[in-house]
Amino acid sequence: MVRINLTVDGAKVADDVEPRMLLVHYLREKLGKTGTVVGCDTSNCGACTVHLDGTSVKSCNVLAVQADGGEVTTIEGLSQNGELHPVQEAFRECHGLQCGYCTPGMIMQSVDLLKENPQPSEEEIRLGLEGNLCRCTGYHNIVKAVQHAAGQGAQA
Amino acid sequence: MTATEARPEATAPEREIGKDRRRKEDQRLITGRTRWTDNIVLPGMLHLAMVRSPFAHARITSIDTTEAKQSPNVVDVVSGQDLAETQGVLINAWPITPDQKTPTHLPVAIDRVAFAGEIVAVVVARSAAEARDAAELVDVEYDELPAALDLKEAAADTVLAHPDLGTNKSAYWVFDSAEAGTGGAVDEAIARARESGGIVLEREYRQQRLIPAFMEPRSTVVDPTGEQLTVWSATQIPHILRFALAATTGIPESKLRVIAPDVGGGFGGKLQTTPEEWITVALARRTGKPVKYTETRSESLMAGHHGRDQWQKLTLAADADGSVTGLKVELLADLGAYVSLVGGGVPVLGAFMFNAIYKFPAYHFAVQTVLTNKTWTDAYRGAGRPEATFAIERLMDELAAEVGVDPLEIREKNWIKHEEFPFTTVAGLEYDSGNYELATARAKELFGYDELRAEQRRRRESGDPVQLGIGVSTFTEMCGLAPSRVLGQLDYGAGGWEHASVRMLATGKVEVVTGASAHGQGHETAFSQIVADRLGVPFEDVEVLHGDTQIAHKGLDTYGSRSLVVGGEALVKATDKVVEKAKVVAAHMLEASADDLEFTGGRFAVRGTDQGVAIQDVAGAVFAAHDLPDGMEPSLDSDATYDPVNFNYPHGTHLCAMEVDTETGALRMRKYACVDDIGNVINPLIVSGQVHGGLVQGIAQALWEEAVYDDSGTLVSGSFVDYLLPTSADTISFEVDHTTTPSLTNTLGTKGVGEAGTIASTPAVVNAVVDAVRHLGIHDIRMPCTPERVWRAIQDAGSGGEPTTGAAAPHFDASTGMDGTVDRTAGGAQ
Amino acid sequence: MIPAQFDYLAPTTVEEALAALAQHGDEAKILAGGQSLLPVLRMRLNAPEMVIDLGRIPSLRGIRDDGDAVVVGAMTPHTVVGSDLLVAEHAALVSKAIEHLADAQIRHRGTFGGALAHADPAGDLGAPTLALGAQFVVQGPGGTRTVPAEEFFVDLFETAIGEDEILTEVRLPKHTGWGAHYEKFVRVAHQWPIVAVAAAVRVEGGTIAEARIGLTNMGSTPLRARAVEEALAGQPATEDAVRAAAAHAAEGTNPPSDLNGDADYRRHLATVLTRRAVLTAAGAGG
Repeated sequence: MVRINLTVDGAKVADDVEPRMLLVHYLREKLGKTGTVVGCDTSNCGACTVHLDGTSVKSCNVLAVQADGGEVTTIEGLSQNGELHPVQEAFRECHGLQCGYCTPGMIMQSVDLLKENPQPSEEEIRLGLEGNLCRCTGYHNIVKAVQHAAGQGAQA
Repeated sequence: MTATEARPEATAPEREIGKDRRRKEDQRLITGRTRWTDNIVLPGMLHLAMVRSPFAHARITSIDTTEAKQSPNVVDVVSGQDLAETQGVLINAWPITPDQKTPTHLPVAIDRVAFAGEIVAVVVARSAAEARDAAELVDVEYDELPAALDLKEAAADTVLAHPDLGTNKSAYWVFDSAEAGTGGAVDEAIARARESGGIVLEREYRQQRLIPAFMEPRSTVVDPTGEQLTVWSATQIPHILRFALAATTGIPESKLRVIAPDVGGGFGGKLQTTPEEWITVALARRTGKPVKYTETRSESLMAGHHGRDQWQKLTLAADADGSVTGLKVELLADLGAYVSLVGGGVPVLGAFMFNAIYKFPAYHFAVQTVLTNKTWTDAYRGAGRPEATFAIERLMDELAAEVGVDPLEIREKNWIKHEEFPFTTVAGLEYDSGNYELATARAKELFGYDELRAEQRRRRESGDPVQLGIGVSTFTEMCGLAPSRVLGQLDYGAGGWEHASVRMLATGKVEVVTGASAHGQGHETAFSQIVADRLGVPFEDVEVLHGDTQIAHKGLDTYGSRSLVVGGEALVKATDKVVEKAKVVAAHMLEASADDLEFTGGRFAVRGTDQGVAIQDVAGAVFAAHDLPDGMEPSLDSDATYDPVNFNYPHGTHLCAMEVDTETGALRMRKYACVDDIGNVINPLIVSGQVHGGLVQGIAQALWEEAVYDDSGTLVSGSFVDYLLPTSADTISFEVDHTTTPSLTNTLGTKGVGEAGTIASTPAVVNAVVDAVRHLGIHDIRMPCTPERVWRAIQDAGSGGEPTTGAAAPHFDASTGMDGTVDRTAGGAQ
Repeated sequence: MIPAQFDYLAPTTVEEALAALAQHGDEAKILAGGQSLLPVLRMRLNAPEMVIDLGRIPSLRGIRDDGDAVVVGAMTPHTVVGSDLLVAEHAALVSKAIEHLADAQIRHRGTFGGALAHADPAGDLGAPTLALGAQFVVQGPGGTRTVPAEEFFVDLFETAIGEDEILTEVRLPKHTGWGAHYEKFVRVAHQWPIVAVAAAVRVEGGTIAEARIGLTNMGSTPLRARAVEEALAGQPATEDAVRAAAAHAAEGTNPPSDLNGDADYRRHLATVLTRRAVLTAAGAGG
């Protein structure tokens, strides 16, 4: 067991974990942050995307011990003071989700994308989300949602 | 509260049906407050890990669990022998012929495995990690047997998938229009065409094996600690699951509660009763503790059911001018190792659809279902109808090329004209409504058909290395499964009705219970809109409940584009009953005759007066029950179980433009436009989402997806590295529009939409690819149209029809790391 | 989806890391970002007893100008390398290759040295570093040595890094003013390249003075297309001249056959992609 200390969605947490524990399992099983989900075992699907120290990572591809001392934001920490993040709002407005399983990862990656490129073209959005699989929407409305969020100044 | 008091909410609210309401479901899904099965944690919960066969076909000679049982925190390790009859058995609900060969399918194999991935032992431990650790220690000895892998070879019984059965041929099912009295004899039509200078096209198409690949891996939690056994499962079919568990495990149906909480996609892939569910139930009963099993993606791809996998042999006869005279369809369908829940019924669902929108005078359909040593197959989005649509729409393009006319012209020559509805087809179905002319005209306009054809000519004339092709698909489908009478005629094991309840609460809120169990389709929103309109209550006041057999006690679940057209109709009928009951009470409250009342905008009003009462107030009065008409029970709540009288028939025209890089075979979608006629639309936003998602799944069959097995029966495309799902970067934005010809078979005039995009798009894409290179002598490219296949077709001016072979590239290799050691275990690269 | 048990060390200096490696030998795996290692562990294709994480060694991160070379610390994340101005100016081929390497999340987390040491012949960094003649700095108990790119890639997943050594930095010789392009061929965006071509060219007055071309996934290691390089030298940067030279792209290659294409298809692709890469690079640098 290894002792880790980190900040998750603004709260300081400390736990003893097995080195083999993946960050996504730590979030789900130790912290009950079940908003972040597992969709594959090869890091293709991106459903588990969270922010680690300010950038998007696939939390199945990070050991919890690697995140020691870091700051993690999950889908559950994205809205502030009861206000949805503009990207969350945009996904609802543009019907950018159906079953919702890929949605946490898709939203977290979209937030990251807009942070790096606040006014992306359609092609830049499509390339920026290439690490996130969705099986329901055909991506059409996800792209629209990111465009909508960009139009609302979501990077701010 | 007086009966005549004005209620602001009750003043004729805006019509809900047709509004692009944002979804009620979304708030929790975008904030991570979700209830996936794998999220469930119960006190003392144990975890399962499966030991699966690496061999496609083998005898199990021994299973040694000694070491695994000593692994930390292991509670139990069981084999099929240990579970014996307590594990139950998996059922096939649709034996398509009385003599169908159906091998026994045990959740945990006992003496023989029939596909790679079949479960041979199960570990129960206190954590999922410890269960997996111990699973690695179970020592299973196998005696490998020859495996039946190739569909055509299996159909010839060269190697038997189940030696005891003596054959791989499971069932042979035929529909013939001459025998059925719905048309002529197809062999005569073909002979006539041959003799009289007509056209006979013979083609063979491959429907590759696909994997539904829903995003949420399947998961089951079983809690045996209450009076009822509670089963949470990531399933499309909680009601059917409950029935099947009761029928095969001896647990009384009344002691079983099945809950499908949030379910992350299905597409038919969760229309199954699975070994994993049966095993989780068995071990929860055995241990007396709550038990969870969640599959990995690799397990999901390997052992969750697959879809399609057919060979289609087609013969189309036509007059020299291209008027069709007959169609003969001979299918081989790969069932995999076992006959699954719907099993051979999948190709039968396509049997009535090969003739599509065209007026064939003669039609013959035959399917041979075949057992092999591969993962079982079952429904995948469209189930039978995509296969039919692909075949006929590819053939119509071939016919156009043969006659030398535009593919839309040949279709128009043969399709049912709008004034000819209702139309009874050669397959015996009555199409109630449609307007193919209108949808096609609109699609051409949206697509810029003439401009793109002009560009195609220019590129062809200039010898541009990038050629442009235009593909057409004018599809129809039968959906809204299904009239129970028809299912009975087809020997399906259940009916096709759906159930709904509407409960008026004392505060005026409304609870709606539906037996259609959603997994992403937006039932909560669309059903709220329907009820809000019919009861005249605010959209926000309607709560839709589903997916729990204790709440929605009756239902037949969600598949076959049935929720709205069957489930929605049940809801309409239940709602109408509420209004009828409320009307009696309202009349009593208003001291008027019920005949003098009219109900609009949620208010019963006495005709010609300003006297009225809102339905919410009626609900309040019924709750109090202080002053009800004599003999009236104090309840407005109503149920309805609706059995559809007919299928319904969405249709549409899909146009696709593909660019083909003739130097590399690379494909790029340039434009995709579709105009679907799905009747009246409840929520345009949800409908557009269904269309977009459906399109990409169909496009993905055309271009990317394929489950590939190697010569030993191992699934090579066993992860998302090799089973290629498209990303946002591989797809484009679509041009989507609708025409509206209301369905005549349900009150709301709606048709199903869930599968339309998938059914229509696959042939549109392949037709476009072939059209781009047809001038190079190519008339077919096998799916998926990989760059290599396209390139080879161009090189050989041939069919591009070789099967996919080769191993997966070993990107995730055992030697990974920075120490530079080599310890290759995954082969493949040469 | 859950790795087997292992012990974990996160040294803060290279010396500590080397000591740990010496102690645990071939029971240890090095974690250098982990974007390929963690999937392997999750799927239990490998189960090391010890994982040594280089992520907490500051000296392995960063990019610096060192005269005739740009030096990239092995543990520098792809995103940092890909957006670095020094790299863009002097080793643009590397920047171009990183643009489409895996996906954004993996570029954030994966490291330059980790990907190179993984030595997947389908990896996107081998061909550009080979083409630019990169020097790989490897540190072991006996000190530091420098391995030229030609000797670094030994075989499939095998490099010249010894079992007791660690890749510490990669020296990218400056190719200032060279045009560069990375032409990658995939079926879907999240795939490893079926074939990719990394081309850097120095164009002088419409003539290709010098070309450096690396091939991805055309053999068990990244390969130089030397025959093409030689054929291009002194040729005009025209479609016809480049086409003729690029026809040599598959010479001496031994590409794999797999689900995504047979060897002969890959050989053909190499010639087309080489032509396109060189022409684009020439346009970019001309």
